[in-house]
Amino acid sequence: MKSHVWRPLYIVVGVVALVLLARTILVPEDFGIGERGYMYGWHRKGNEADWKAVKVKYKTMDFCKECHQDKYNDLRHSPHAAIQCENCHGPALGHPDDPPTLTIDRHRDLCIRCHARLPYNGSGRGAIRGINPETHHPEAECVLCHYPHNPKLEAKR
Amino acid sequence: MIDRRDFCKKALLIAGGMAIPLSALELFDPKRLQAEKSDPSPTRWAFLVDTYKCVGCGFCVKACKIENEIPYDANVTRTWVERYIVARDGKTYIDSPKGARDGFTSPKIDQGVEPPAEVRNEDIEKAFFVPKLCNQCDNPPCVQVCPVGATYQTPDGVVLVDRSWCIGCGYCIMGCPYGVRFFHPVYHVAEKCNFCYHRISKGMKSACVDACPFGARRIGNLKDPNDPVTRVIMTERVGVLKEEYGTKPQVFYVGLSREVK
Repeated sequence: MKSHVWRPLYIVVGVVALVLLARTILVPEDFGIGERGYMYGWHRKGNEADWKAVKVKYKTMDFCKECHQDKYNDLRHSPHAAIQCENCHGPALGHPDDPPTLTIDRHRDLCIRCHARLPYNGSGRGAIRGINPETHHPEAECVLCHYPHNPKLEAKR
Repeated sequence: MIDRRDFCKKALLIAGGMAIPLSALELFDPKRLQAEKSDPSPTRWAFLVDTYKCVGCGFCVKACKIENEIPYDANVTRTWVERYIVARDGKTYIDSPKGARDGFTSPKIDQGVEPPAEVRNEDIEKAFFVPKLCNQCDNPPCVQVCPVGATYQTPDGVVLVDRSWCIGCGYCIMGCPYGVRFFHPVYHVAEKCNFCYHRISKGMKSACVDACPFGARRIGNLKDPNDPVTRVIMTERVGVLKEEYGTKPQVFYVGLSREVK
C-alpha cells in the first residue's frame, strides 16, 4: 500500500496510544465497578472513605452530660427533655478544648420555632402551647422569664 | 438452516430478554431486600418520616447545614421541611422558606410573592409538615445519568457523590425526580443528602435524626429484622414519594397525603 494510506493511520494509532497513556495516569487505581454492579457501582472506591472521614460536629446529649450533669438533670425531667443541647447551643465542635467554637444563642427565634402558635390539626404542632410572637413581649428574650432547661419551673428566674 | 441446538439457544435468549422489562417494573420491596442472600453487606439504610409528629421547628435543617458544611445563608440545603395548608375552598398552599432552616414561625405563607398568602385558622381544612431528604433510591436515576462515574451507590444503599471526580455537568440535578440535588456553592459540584454517611458508619444517627425532638425522623437498618424502624416499615402503613417513577425510594413516610408531591 502507498504511504498516503499509512501516514494518517500512524496518527490515529498515535492518538489512541496517547489517550490510553493519559487514562492510566489520570484515572485513579481504585476506580472500577463496586459491589452494586456496573450501573450503580461505577466509582472510585476511595471516595467512600473520604465521606466517612467527614468531621462529626453534633456530638449529642450523651457527650454534653459528661460535664454538665446539673443542666442535663434539669432538662431530663422537663417537657423539653427530648431537645438536644446542641439544638440551641450549637454543635459541640471543638468544645471544650476550644471554647469560642461553642456559641450560645439566647434569641427568641429559637423558642418560636415550636412555640409560635400554629393550630394545625394534621401535625403535633397544634398541641404545643404557643404564643403570637408579634404580640407576646416582642422586645424581650424568652429566657428573661422562662427557664429553658425546665420551663415548668417558671419561678426560677 | 437453523439446527435444533441453535433454535433452543435463541428461543431462551429472547424469552430472557423479554423478562427483563417485567422485573424492572417490580416495586421496591423491603422484604425482598432483607431476604437477599447474595448481597454481602450487613446493612441497608432506610429512613422513616412520621409527618404526624413533625411540628415544623426546622432544627433538622439547621443541624444538617452545619454538620455537612453547607453555607448557612446560601439558599440550598440537603434536607428541608415543607408546610402544606389545604383550605376549605380546595386550594393547597405549599411553602418552605429557606428550606425551613429557621422553622415555621408565622401563619403567613411565604411563596416568594408579595403580599404573602394567609389562610384564616377557621378556613384551614388540614395543615401539616413534610420533611424531605434524599430518598437514597434503590434504583437511582441520578446515578444512571452521571457520565463520569462520580456518583454511585454504596453496598449499604447510600448514594454518594465523589467531589474530586464530579465535572459539574448537572445531569443528576435534572435527573432527580425529588429535586434533592443542587450545586455546592463552595465546591461547585453536585451535592446531596447522604444520610450523614460519616455518622451512620460510626454507629451514630444522622444529624437530623438526632436533632429532631419529636421523633419524626428515624433511621434504621433494613437487614436487621429487630430494628424498630424496620419493624414499622414492615408492619405498619407506610408510603413513599412518587412511587410511579420506579425509583424504589428507601425513605418511608407515615401519614402521607395526596397533596404531597
